[in-house]
Amino acid sequence: MKRTIPAVIAGVSGTVMIIAFFIPPAQKWQQTAEIWFTILAAIAFLIGGTNLCLHHLKKVAHQQAGWGFSAVTLIAFFVTVFVGMTKWGVPAADKFPDYAWSGNYLEEGGGLWWLYEYIMSPIVATMFSLLAFYVASAAFRAFRAKNVEAMLLLVTAFIVLLGRTYAGTVLTSWVPDSMSALTFPGMTGVIMAVFTTAGQRAIMLGIALGIAAISLRIILGLDRSYLGSDKD
Amino acid sequence: MEPRKTRTTRKKTEDEFPLPFFFRVVRVFRGSSPSWMKFRLALIPASVFLVAGFCGAAIAADIAPPTNLVVEDRANDAANGLIVNWSLSADDQPSVQPKRVLQYEVSRWAEGDEWSSIAKVPAGNTLLEDTNCEPGKKYRYRVVALGPDGTTSAPVETAEAFQPIMQWVDTRRLWFGAIVAFVCGAVIVCTELARRGAVTYVRPIAALTALDEAVGRATEMGRPMLFVPGIMDLDQIETVAGLTVLSKVAKTAAEYDAALEVPTSRSLVMTAAQESCEAACLEAGRPESFNPDRIYYVTDEQFGYVAYVCGWMTREKPAACFFLGKFFAESLLLAEVGNSVGAIQIAGTAEASQLPFFVAACDYTLLGEELFAASAYLSREPQQLGTLKGQDAGKVLAAVLLLGGCLLATWAVFQPQGVGADAYEYFREVILNKGGA
Repeated sequence: MKRTIPAVIAGVSGTVMIIAFFIPPAQKWQQTAEIWFTILAAIAFLIGGTNLCLHHLKKVAHQQAGWGFSAVTLIAFFVTVFVGMTKWGVPAADKFPDYAWSGNYLEEGGGLWWLYEYIMSPIVATMFSLLAFYVASAAFRAFRAKNVEAMLLLVTAFIVLLGRTYAGTVLTSWVPDSMSALTFPGMTGVIMAVFTTAGQRAIMLGIALGIAAISLRIILGLDRSYLGSDKD
Repeated sequence: MEPRKTRTTRKKTEDEFPLPFFFRVVRVFRGSSPSWMKFRLALIPASVFLVAGFCGAAIAADIAPPTNLVVEDRANDAANGLIVNWSLSADDQPSVQPKRVLQYEVSRWAEGDEWSSIAKVPAGNTLLEDTNCEPGKKYRYRVVALGPDGTTSAPVETAEAFQPIMQWVDTRRLWFGAIVAFVCGAVIVCTELARRGAVTYVRPIAALTALDEAVGRATEMGRPMLFVPGIMDLDQIETVAGLTVLSKVAKTAAEYDAALEVPTSRSLVMTAAQESCEAACLEAGRPESFNPDRIYYVTDEQFGYVAYVCGWMTREKPAACFFLGKFFAESLLLAEVGNSVGAIQIAGTAEASQLPFFVAACDYTLLGEELFAASAYLSREPQQLGTLKGQDAGKVLAAVLLLGGCLLATWAVFQPQGVGADAYEYFREVILNKGGA
């Protein structure tokens, strides 16, 4: 039963989604299924919060490796929850100026806003900016000419890289207009519009068919490996 | 008689030294002029203001109203939409400068309700799709042209009430329905054939063959493994596909007694991953290997999650990393950190834009459809393998459509105004584009 009921729910929900795409009166059922998912996700958020606290509290209590990070996580979690729940520092709304914290909890100048603007946002930007360095190191490895395929990749990447920069335009500025396809920007355009697009579309077609097949396996109950065990 | 005398005296003086009209009026009001004279003079500006006011009002109401208001049913919907059409006001033309019409206000009356404004459409537009109708209710519409400074035209109204009509099938999607039916039919037929014993050959997938190797390596090195099932929720099919691979990895890890860490960025995924791993340990005959503390929720925040996982990899130095699910910008961050700690890495996603990063940084990559084939490939169940064969029928159909499209496009080039162009247009817009739906 532990696997059968979820499999039936998944099958019915999946069938409703397909039917609703073609039969307009069934769109209400689709909306109902989506609302149920949202409700479940909201409940799961509580489960997630509880799991986070328990996981890190255990680490701190047992002083496991890296427990300091867990302590920081817990402090940040509780401070954020406290500031958000109490609307710490939120200015009063224009409609109710006599009532403290009557403004929106994300109001500019409020505690939660401050935490987001001056702590969360810079940290996220820092993490994202690391991508630039990792792109360089990955490109260095990927473009090593170890064999014929790698050589082709290197040459293609070199052309596209130059074609996207001003240097590429300058280097091939002597090429007459009638042969503009042989300039770096021209070759880049052909590579991106023909070869890359063709490859990407082939992958996309495969993905679409793969999604159709796995969806059918789930709807028909052939694949239940994601549902766990029937045993308690 | 006294006032009369005074007036005569004044008249004489003005004839000699004529003053401007304004000063004469002021003098009358400030001086000792009789009240009847003040009253008559006061009538002059009052009249001017009244005339100007009436003229202004006449000009304000002078915006020509929109015409030909027509309401029709919105096709292919569940009786929840009507289309309101009108012709532009005569003052809403490019030649009219400065602009006299800025927008059209559409109001609606529904059975049991009052008139209420539902939308303001910019000038130059003649159509509004009202998609907030209720099935079974009747509606009337009114359109007013709005000009600058609050001026409006006379309203134009529909004479009768309209009721949206329910359509039972979205006819725009019939061709797409036929394609879906063909693919699904092929999958079901192949599954049934496999169930009856037909042998299905599936080419070896290197990344899936390497799963055992990766787990074995981690066991030999005595280091943990990391499994990341993407950063999206269970409503994404890639996440489900990732979890099916997780159950296989967890089973092998339980058999080898290797540690498997599964940090998740969604709580629902965490719950599903715990269930999968527990079932895998039971199946392996090692229920004691299941450690729920190693499958936990981190955060929904994309880069917060990345920071945690990268930090964990740097500290714990896992021997094997599995990235299977839906990934975005974090794909390269995770894969590069995994590479830097020397882990064997197996990745897979259906995000075409992230695949190059995984190919560059990981040892094995499941490209798109291979990720979805993983559960069938790993289970080796004939029925599931049959679905993979059914996919091939879809590929044949895709190839036929591609070829047909190329031929039609070529024909349209040679016959840009005739049947060729029409056929290509129909193929592109109706068959492939679901009629714009």
